[in-house]
Amino acid sequence: MDKPWLVFEYFVSPRFVLGAALTLWITIVSLFFGILVGLLIALLQESKNRYLNAFAVGYLWLFRGTPALFQIIFVFNVLPQFGITLSNFWSGVVALAMNEGAYMAEIVRSGLQAVGLGQRTAARALGMKEWQAMRYVVLPQALRIIIPPTGNQFIGMLKLSALVSAVAVEELLLVANQAASANFRYLEALSAAGLYYLLFTTLFMLIQAKIEDWARGKRRRRGKKASLIERMIGATSDSGRVR
Amino acid sequence: MSAAQAIVRVRGLNKSFGDLHVLKDVSLDVEQGKTMVVIGPSGSGKSTLLRCLNLLEAIDSGSVEFDGKDITHLGRQAYRARRDVGMVFQNFELFAHLTALENIVLAPMQVKGIAKLDAVATARTLLEKVRIPEKANFYPDELSGGQQQRVAIARALAMKPKMMLYDEPTSALDPEMIKEVLDVIQDLSRDGMTSVVVTHEMGFARRVADRVVFMESGIVMDNSPTAEFFRGTSSERAKRFLDQILHH
Repeated sequence: MDKPWLVFEYFVSPRFVLGAALTLWITIVSLFFGILVGLLIALLQESKNRYLNAFAVGYLWLFRGTPALFQIIFVFNVLPQFGITLSNFWSGVVALAMNEGAYMAEIVRSGLQAVGLGQRTAARALGMKEWQAMRYVVLPQALRIIIPPTGNQFIGMLKLSALVSAVAVEELLLVANQAASANFRYLEALSAAGLYYLLFTTLFMLIQAKIEDWARGKRRRRGKKASLIERMIGATSDSGRVR
Repeated sequence: MSAAQAIVRVRGLNKSFGDLHVLKDVSLDVEQGKTMVVIGPSGSGKSTLLRCLNLLEAIDSGSVEFDGKDITHLGRQAYRARRDVGMVFQNFELFAHLTALENIVLAPMQVKGIAKLDAVATARTLLEKVRIPEKANFYPDELSGGQQQRVAIARALAMKPKMMLYDEPTSALDPEMIKEVLDVIQDLSRDGMTSVVVTHEMGFARRVADRVVFMESGIVMDNSPTAEFFRGTSSERAKRFLDQILHH
């Protein structure tokens, strides 16, 4: 690295800042819709209607059984043949959200199932309607179980967002790649992008720790809290899986 | 028993789970202000009978009348009947994310719309009644089984029920905690709370019950005043069951 200041120049350059902002935006929007899709699929899976069950299982099979990159390229290139033309950005976001939904569904479902049937029965025995039992007894308990793994999904999504470069969305990785190919300063350009990714993941982990504290509410802190490094390693090994 | 006093009238009740016929033509009355203890071997349908009384289980055939109203076909409106019937479970089922006090005020506030101040005041009185006022701000997993069950009783009482159902309330408790829970139930019964108690505690049945019902294979084999039941004028099968659990 004969020109180390170049890393800093890239880091603060408008193109990199915009690319980083777009990466963050893709992550947030995709995860938001991914959570909604996940909630829907989880409820379909839990439903007593077997056609809805079958739809949910088919969905999971499709979106967990194919690579996320494949899904992005498919949405971008194939959907227009069926009259659905999305911008590059939205092609990427739709694909990532649909993909994320397949993983969030499992998280939401395990959260709902972790709340014992007896809790719901007790709520009903007190005269609550089904939705009241859901709202006041099941969901508050399920949320505490759902929130920590959702934080990991956030970090995973940040990294998955780089795949959207494949359909020419000018997010962080594509910006870095383009900058480098102009002068072959790959090391500096990619380092600048890498610093952004690390900055974001570290920030996320700090926020996640705060949210987990909140989810535990007024309760005593039990057990050892995961250190930042443990979180990062955990998150990386969990969400870095190839989709 | 004079029929005019019955708060619950069960007639020809049948309930099956798939091929398993759990309740067979069960008929009985629960008298206002009295305590009925239901005993019988496991799998005899005691708990299912209890859960039919507040419609936690749908009824296949027959009828259940509660407080002068036929509740058999309430269907999705069943929650209306449940508001007037308190239930206590073997595994307590306190809401794990709420403190003892929050457990008690939740239903009065959300179901009945009672103001928080009033609900909290009632809850504190009830915690006194079950003898653990000092545990108001503890979470369920910070309480012993006996304490949890007493909070669960307070939670049910907070809805001001006309009847209490206890489904093996001491079966999940360590022996030294059984008494503290039974004492609370006994106090309530003595104060005139209509109660149906499924239990294996024969001493409790003898002391507190007005009537004892013996069930086997989904059939009410015996339904007698307590003294008569224990004097041995009851059915042969009931006697054999008593022998088994009294002399094990």
